[in-house]
Amino acid sequence: MSSTGAPAPNGSTEASARRRKQGEPLLPQGPARASANVCQAAGCLSLGSDRLFEAICERVQAKELKDVAVRRVGCLGLCAAGPLVAVPEQGRLFDYVAAEGPDGPARVVAALESGPYEPGTPEGGRQVDQDPFFAHQVKVVLERCGAIDPESLEDYLASGGYEALVKAVTEMSRDEVISEVVNSGLRGRGGAGYPTGLKWRTVAKSSGPDGKFVVCNADEGDPGAFMDRSVLESCPQQVLEGMAIAGYAVRAERGFVYVRAEYPLAVKRLTSAIRQAEREGYLGREIAGTQFNFSVEVRIGAGAFVCGEETALIASIQGGRGSPRPRPPYPAAAGLWGSPTLINNVETLANIPSVISRGSSWLSGTGTEHSKGTKVFALAGAVVNTGLIEVPMGLSLRQIVFDIGGGLPSGRHFKAVQTGGPSGGCIPEELLDMPVDYETLSKAGSIMGSGGMIVMDDKTCMVDVAKFFMDFCREESCGKCLPCRAGTEEMYRLLDRICRGEATRSQLAQLESLAQMVRATSLCGLGQGAPNPIFSTLRYFRDEYLAHIDDHICPAGVCEMAPELVTTGHHAGGEK
Amino acid sequence: MASTTLAAPGTASRPAPNDDKRWRQVEVRMRRLGHRPDGLIEVLHTTQELFGYLDDDALLFVAESLGVPPSKVYGVATFYSHFSLKPQGLHTCVVCTGTACYINGASALLSAIDSALGVKAGATTPDGRVSVLKARCLGACSMAPAVVIDGEVRGKVQAQGLVSTLEAL
Repeated sequence: MSSTGAPAPNGSTEASARRRKQGEPLLPQGPARASANVCQAAGCLSLGSDRLFEAICERVQAKELKDVAVRRVGCLGLCAAGPLVAVPEQGRLFDYVAAEGPDGPARVVAALESGPYEPGTPEGGRQVDQDPFFAHQVKVVLERCGAIDPESLEDYLASGGYEALVKAVTEMSRDEVISEVVNSGLRGRGGAGYPTGLKWRTVAKSSGPDGKFVVCNADEGDPGAFMDRSVLESCPQQVLEGMAIAGYAVRAERGFVYVRAEYPLAVKRLTSAIRQAEREGYLGREIAGTQFNFSVEVRIGAGAFVCGEETALIASIQGGRGSPRPRPPYPAAAGLWGSPTLINNVETLANIPSVISRGSSWLSGTGTEHSKGTKVFALAGAVVNTGLIEVPMGLSLRQIVFDIGGGLPSGRHFKAVQTGGPSGGCIPEELLDMPVDYETLSKAGSIMGSGGMIVMDDKTCMVDVAKFFMDFCREESCGKCLPCRAGTEEMYRLLDRICRGEATRSQLAQLESLAQMVRATSLCGLGQGAPNPIFSTLRYFRDEYLAHIDDHICPAGVCEMAPELVTTGHHAGGEK
Repeated sequence: MASTTLAAPGTASRPAPNDDKRWRQVEVRMRRLGHRPDGLIEVLHTTQELFGYLDDDALLFVAESLGVPPSKVYGVATFYSHFSLKPQGLHTCVVCTGTACYINGASALLSAIDSALGVKAGATTPDGRVSVLKARCLGACSMAPAVVIDGEVRGKVQAQGLVSTLEAL
């Protein structure tokens, strides 16, 4: 076996141990009896999982286990308990595997040697099919996350990758591809939930002198959201395949992925994925021997939340300030350089290969009447099992937080769950049994958003949360339109006064009317959505606002009252 | 206002501000992008990666090379929070202030840094050793609160430990 690039087989001699270059997977010559899949997503990496991978490889080589594989894989989901190592053949997952010292690697290697799962044994680990964190999940988008090496096109192909693209371009007409997407009922996963198939049809019908474009929106700016980052870090090829299918369907030959600069690992893996796909002819000219050409470029954002808004994103890809412009015209008619442009979110595009290869009815068989398929959420905050999850639409919030999430850490009590980031809202305990879909969340005063889900406990002040999001929006406002530029600033000042116990009830009324105005008159989604955290916290937690205003008390004990209010003690309050 | 995307590409023949070899890498990047005005943000990324920040010379050089008015280059460089017009400290500490980190005590981290090192977010210690920055969300929510010290993400950070780490840099 040559030492150039190809993974070294598990050899017994020291020479072969030396032949495996750092970072390369350890693969047996035949099929693997057992494999150790070591998570290399950002969370586990920060806990040393790259060193852990090397240590497991060394131990397997030293023990001369010839029918065992050791792979670097993407996100295994249960980020709270990293570093994680999965042994899929035995259906187990090892959590908190110490990267330093011999114990962690020894536990994993003992399992590789010993065979099937035996509960209660020291090397036991979690049994995935019995574990509530995994048992309620349905993986479509995350199907390959944690199962394949994110930097290996071979792994992607071996798991059925690019079959959908080849099927689309060789066996299906453009109309058939679009019809499949329409019939699947897939809706945009970036937040607004616009039907994906309709958007594709609109772009397909538009024409422009300079061709058309497909843009993948990977500017995942919502604080508390890391779904797109995980997908790009764990299976970038799936997103590229979705883009190429979209390109074929709408007759676009060029695509851009707009990624945040805060995600360097995602950028690296995406760039390498594009190079590999081009080399093997899945991107580039004459894909699968047809007349279809499609190339993809990566564009890196520079730290502006507003660039997730599609017209601002277009301005940014063109090298300008990320200022939105009024719509219409929508990008589907006039986008990049004035040409028709299809903009889809990472998760939306990652759904596409399954829709094409398994058929639209497969996707529409999951979910609720108007929200089909699954949704990926980033579960974080005051919850035991923080991590990346994918659930069928329509599962209840209670199942997500308490069954999958394992509830709150001991001694802490549930107060609310925040969805949709700075444009979303907080959902209180009494609504926990509602199903998670686009309509229900919006009726409850929140939005599906991109999928950030933050659990808040009784130590969280809801006025402070509203202030936190307003601080975010006022800093991220691009400044183009007055309602957002000045309105977010003024709403922040009012919220700050409330937090310090200095506001009056009439100022609360002023805040509410200002919030209505900003929502109605702002140019883009940033300003229109900015008042949402205020509306939803006022709707469910008005008593907390009033406690700050009337009694100068923060019930959660978070806000510091202005010094003069603290010394005078209880204040009569009321209208001024 | 004329649309700069329609402007003719700049010329490659602009002299670099000085004979620093890193300018050649900036020039290579611009050439790869065909000196197109829409490559501006990419070129600014490259320049900042090489020099650590963007000074007036760099902005003017990029403006002239890409055929973009200096006002627009300045507008873009100041619009995006990733770009810095001031030199950074020897080390950087980015404190994530995303939602999960915020409710898990990111503000306590910032005030601990302030009282120990006397530096607030967005500033650099007077000796130029450490720059403290805030990030909107690193996407490391499962490890909240998270910080990035010299490019390395650290999760579940506590104020005391963070301060000792920064003091030992």
